[in-house]
This record gives sequence, C-alpha cells and structure tokens, in this order.
Amino acid sequence: MKPRYKRGLIIVAALVVIGIAALLILNALNSNIALYVTPSDVAAGKAPQGQAFRIGGMVKEGSVKRDDLTVHFVITDLVKDIPVSYTGILPDLFKEGKGAVIQGRLNTNGEFVASEVLAKHDENYMPPEAKHALDQAQKNGSNK
Amino acid sequence: MIPEFGHYALILALCIALIQGILPLVGAHYGRREYLVLARPTAQIVFMLLAIAFVILAWSFYVNDFSVLYVAEHSNSQLPVMYRLGAVWGGHEGSLLLWIFLLSTWTILVAQLSKALDEFMVARVIGVLGLVTSGLLLFVLTTSSPFERLLPAAPDGRSLNPLLQDPGLVFHPPMLYMGYVGFSVAFAFAIASLLSGRLDAAWARWSRPWTTAAWVFLTLGIALGSWWAYYELGWGGWWFWDPVENASFIPWLVGTALLHSLAVTEKRGGFKSWTVLLAITAFSLSLLGTFLVRSGVLTSVHAFATDPKRGIFILIFLSLVVGSSLALYAWRAPKNTLGGKFSLSSRETFILLGNVFLVVSAGSVLLGTLYPLLIDALHLGKISVGPPYFNSVFVPIMAPLLVLMGIGPWTHWKNTNLISVIKRLWLAGLVAVCAGIAIPLIMGQFTWLAGLGFLLAFWIIASGCLQVVRQARLGKPTRSFIGMQVAHLGMAIFVIGVTMVGAYQEEKDVRMLAGETVTVGGYQIQLVGVNRVPGPNYQAMRGTFLLSQNGKPQATMYPEKRSYFSSTMPMTEAAIDVGLTRDIYVSLGEELSDKAWAVRVYYKPFVDWIWGGCLFMALGGVLAISDKRYRIKLKRASA
Repeated sequence: MKPRYKRGLIIVAALVVIGIAALLILNALNSNIALYVTPSDVAAGKAPQGQAFRIGGMVKEGSVKRDDLTVHFVITDLVKDIPVSYTGILPDLFKEGKGAVIQGRLNTNGEFVASEVLAKHDENYMPPEAKHALDQAQKNGSNK
Repeated sequence: MIPEFGHYALILALCIALIQGILPLVGAHYGRREYLVLARPTAQIVFMLLAIAFVILAWSFYVNDFSVLYVAEHSNSQLPVMYRLGAVWGGHEGSLLLWIFLLSTWTILVAQLSKALDEFMVARVIGVLGLVTSGLLLFVLTTSSPFERLLPAAPDGRSLNPLLQDPGLVFHPPMLYMGYVGFSVAFAFAIASLLSGRLDAAWARWSRPWTTAAWVFLTLGIALGSWWAYYELGWGGWWFWDPVENASFIPWLVGTALLHSLAVTEKRGGFKSWTVLLAITAFSLSLLGTFLVRSGVLTSVHAFATDPKRGIFILIFLSLVVGSSLALYAWRAPKNTLGGKFSLSSRETFILLGNVFLVVSAGSVLLGTLYPLLIDALHLGKISVGPPYFNSVFVPIMAPLLVLMGIGPWTHWKNTNLISVIKRLWLAGLVAVCAGIAIPLIMGQFTWLAGLGFLLAFWIIASGCLQVVRQARLGKPTRSFIGMQVAHLGMAIFVIGVTMVGAYQEEKDVRMLAGETVTVGGYQIQLVGVNRVPGPNYQAMRGTFLLSQNGKPQATMYPEKRSYFSSTMPMTEAAIDVGLTRDIYVSLGEELSDKAWAVRVYYKPFVDWIWGGCLFMALGGVLAISDKRYRIKLKRASA
C-alpha cells in the first residue's frame, strides 16, 4: 500500500475513534448533567420537571426530623424553604445550620426526594453552590 | 528564629534555581563550558536548601510551634506525632513545598544518574528543571509561604482535619506527587531535545526509564488514594470521579500513552513529534491538576484553599509553560510525523491506536471535569457532571483498548501477518468467551456489562499466558518483556475487581438494635452492642459486630463513630473484614431512637483486586526499568 494511503487510513481510524467518543460524550452530557437550582428558583417553579437536579443551601435550624432511616429536613436560602426527604445514612458533616448540596427530584407534593446528600470537606467549609444560593437570595431580597 | 531560616532557605533556593535554570541553557546554546558545569552543583545546592526548608517545617510541627501560622492551622498539641509529621503536607502551603522538594529530588537523581549522558543534554535537562523549580518557588514565596508567622502565637493549633488523621496521609501525597512531578523529567528531556534539535532513539532510551518510574509512582499514588478513600471516607466507594481524582487520573492516562509511544521512538525511531507532544502534555496536565486542586475553583474533598491570587498565579505559570513549550514544539519538532516505515498490521499501528484511545479517554475525562467550570464562566448556570457521565463515556472507550491489549504484544515491528496472529490467538478468544459467559452465571446473575468485563479480562490473561509459554520456548525473556506482561496482567486483575464490585456488590442501610442480625452476600452480621471508648484526641462510640457465615463465626468487627476534641465534626471509621475474594464492610451511622443505630453494611466481592491490579501494574513498571539494556549502557559508558 502506498504510504500516502496508509497515513490516510490511520488518520481516518483516529477520526472515527474521536467521532464516536464525541457522540458518547454529547449523549452522556445530555442525560447526566445535574443543574444547580437555588431554593428560591425551586419555589418559583423554575426547577426542571421530571429530571434530577441539585439544590445548594443551608439546612434550616430545627428542621431535621428522623423517622427511622428516613430523614426529613428543610433546605433554605434564608428566603424560601424547600422540604426534603432522604432515606439512608447522612454524611458526617450534615448538620443543622450548615451548608449542604443535595441531588434528587421533586415529587408531586412539592417535596424534594434526595438521592444524594453531599456535605463533605471540613466543618468550616461552605460549598460554593450553597453560598451562591444564599448570596443570590440576599441580592434579590435587597432589590425588592 | 528557626522558621525564618526556613524562609531564607527558600529565598536562597529561588536565587540558585534561577542560576540553575538560566546559565546552563545559555551555556548549552553558545557552547560555553564554564556555564555548563554549573548545572550539577546548582541543582545540588537547591536540593539541599529545599531539604533544609522542609526539615525546618517538619521540626516546627514536631515541637508544636504555633507561632507559625501554617502549623497553628493544621496541627494541635494533642495530635499524635506521626500525624503531626504527615500534617506537613496536610494543607496547601506544605503540600506545595513537598511538590517543589520532590521536583528537586528528581532533578538531583537525574544529575547523579546521567553521568554517561553528554554534557550539553544534561545541562539542558537540569536547566529546564531549574526553570520549573524557580517558577514554583516564586509561587510559594509570593502567595503561600508555609513559614508565615502568627503573632501573637496561638495557644494551641486548630488541628488537622479528622479525615486526614490517618496513615494514608503519610504515604498518599508523597507517592502521588512523586508521580506528578516525575513527568517533569520526561518534559525536561523533551524540551532539551527540541532545543538541541537531536530527537533520536538515544533521547527516547534516556527518558524511558524516568517516565516509567514517574508512572509507577503515579499508579501507586492513585491506588493509595483510592484505597484511602475506600476505608477512610467511611462509605465504601473506591472511585468517585471527583475532580481532583480526575486531575491525577488524566496525567496517568496520557503518561500511559507516553510510555508506549516512547517504546516506538526507542525501538524504531518513529512517532518522534507525537512522543514529544505527549511528554509536554503529560507534564502540563500535572500542572493543570495542581492548578485545579490548589486554586479552589473546584468543589472537592481536596480543595483546602480558596484564594484567587493563587489560582491566577498558577494559571499564568501554566500558560507560560504550555505556551512556550508548544511554541518551541511548533518551531523545532521534526516534520515527518510517523517516522520509520511500517505497515498497517504492525506493532506501531497497534500502539498508535492504543495511544489514540488513551488520549481520547483522557480528553473526555478532562472535558467532564472542566465543563462545569466552563458553563459557570460563561454565566450559563451552575451544573454538576456526575459519575454517570464518566462511566457512560469512559467504559466504551476503554473496552476496545483492552481488546487491543490482547493482540498488540503479538505483533512485530514494521510488519506482521495478522492471520498468523489470529491462528495463535483463537484459544485465548475461546477462553475469554467462556469466562464471559460462565463467571456471571456462577455469580448468580448474568448482565451484559459483567459478561463484557470478564471477557476482556480473560482475553488479556489468556493472550498473555500463551505468549509467555511461547517466549519461554524461544529463550530467556527480557525483564522488559516480563514487566510488560505483569503490567498487562495487573490491568486484567483490575478489570476483574471493577467488574465484580460493579455487578455483584450488595449494600444495605438498616436500623439495628443490639442482638439483631442483618444478612448480606451470604454473611450474617450481628450487632452485639455499642459502647463508648476513649482515643488519644477523640471520644468514640464503638460498635461490636459478629460476622459469621452459615452459623460459623468468622470475625469480630469494630466500626467507630468518633468525635474529635478539636472539632465538632464527627468521623466515621469503617470496619472492614478483608478477604481475597470479598470484603465485608460495616460502618456506623447515627444513633436513632430507642438505642437503635443506623448501620451500613456492604458485601464487596473481589474489591481488593482493584488495588492489587494497580500493584501489579506498578511492579511491571519496576521490572521494565530494571531491564539489562539500561544498565549495560550505563556501565559501558562509564568504563
């Protein structure tokens, strides 16, 4: 085979691999991205329907109620509150009055059913997404 | 006074590193011997100064000098001595010092072990490493000195994050950094050869063992980190596609591609520009990893510092390194990209294809890691890209690579008769298909993904076995050959572990009272009781669990829930009963009503094979480095 064809074939093979990878990536990005939504936006009905998303905010003081393995609590940006339920063991750093990020979906009663609760790092750490939600709510509050 | 000496040592090290970075390069360019000879001594002095700074920082931790800000923030008088020393790299400033110290360790190793290499090359390599060292030292001195004072001194330190109070902290970061930083040697060799215009097989032969060594450390470092997360984070995962994990994994993928591409350059003189580009990329990605971790732009367990100034500095440094090396590359790289002639069915083609898969997978991981940052920077909202993305992209790209791994080693350089390879490999294919069907059925449930995993793993194992048998008949195999087989076997072991855990792990979250039993994976786990036990710097609630199988007691397990005195944060310490074919993993959640406890139990089949496979890969690398041809060359040259 002529070297020119050979090089061409190798380039085509590489492009095919990259193309397939790009398709996989686009497909995966479409279905596996979770959008961050602030509690205020959830309350305003701006949350994606029938799709998992994330809420960042603070766990409201005095809102954690245990019902055996199911935990009910409220996540807030200090303006709007969203009730959340989660079944399973919470991470060590989950605490009232601290920041948390949760992933899940809204059910028909307007309760957020969490599939994952993220509260890692150290105790003085505030997840940027939670901080963002609080800042956003504060800004909107002062504008009104 | 002592911490000030540390600071002076760093300033002095910067000055000497600048000399090390500039004069030898100038000398090599103009052929001035008096500048060339500066390379080794300056590298030695920088190493000694950094060692002094490092020891002083460790000393400050040892004597609890809380007038040093960094010590006050990361240690505590109650902290056990081992963790106090580990705390040296438990935060941003100290881990950067470790980074630089290891960089200069690599430099000194190159300086000492490359006596046979020609003077100009050595001077250029050491010079490039000196420039990198200077850049990072400048970073430490301007934005993150570990020797900054806290006046008045704190009465006691804030202590180390309890998550980090574990032997893992003592070993994981140095290993990982050794690997990360080690790619700087491959980078320096690449830049030096571009500068000299002598990109030849000798260059590849010189940088190959160094690259392999860095790759071995990186493999071990990543495996250690994964194992640490598994037992210390308390919730049983071994890989989270956390951005920082990705930051170490992307250089690993590119480094793996580099290893294989270097083989072509050494043996056949081909792929020269591609190899150089990979060397530049691997090191740039290591720097990018440092930037991602240290700038705090990512949300992750590892992001302990958030200071935009630092992020900007690393970003500028990164663009300088990447920009100047790519410019040099564009200017000096050889134009004939594929090098020596080879046919489509040759080892070159297989390695090239493997390289494409590795680089594309690295790209897809990089994209998933950076995508949220990109979207945020463009103000399109905040998003997160989770493990499902990585799994659904990474697995399909890796599967064909594993198929290639079974064929590639059978091919010859230049040209291979593929039909004869297939004739030799049909048995391996048969074994693989049988394993892919039989093992899932034995495990009790067939899924296509599990079948694929076992098929690929046994394909590599069977192909390797056939090859070892054949090679043994032909004569004594070289260490390189054995190393390659061991590393590939490690990959197969790893795939078996991942497939088993992915398909057959069992997990239960339960509410348990003393005396109650939970069954998982055919094992019974009974809660005997939970009581309070004291620790050196914490109080713990310790559960006692009896593990038994078919009524026969196997082990007693003690998971703990600790509260450290210096922080309000509780810590889950899981109890793991380790076995060759399964781990049983118990961790204690919270106390519920009526003295009941929330408990999580896992049955994890073959999970230790994941890290075992990594050990084999690293061992393979070590065997390859110890190959005779590298030593003979040294001896002959020194004689």
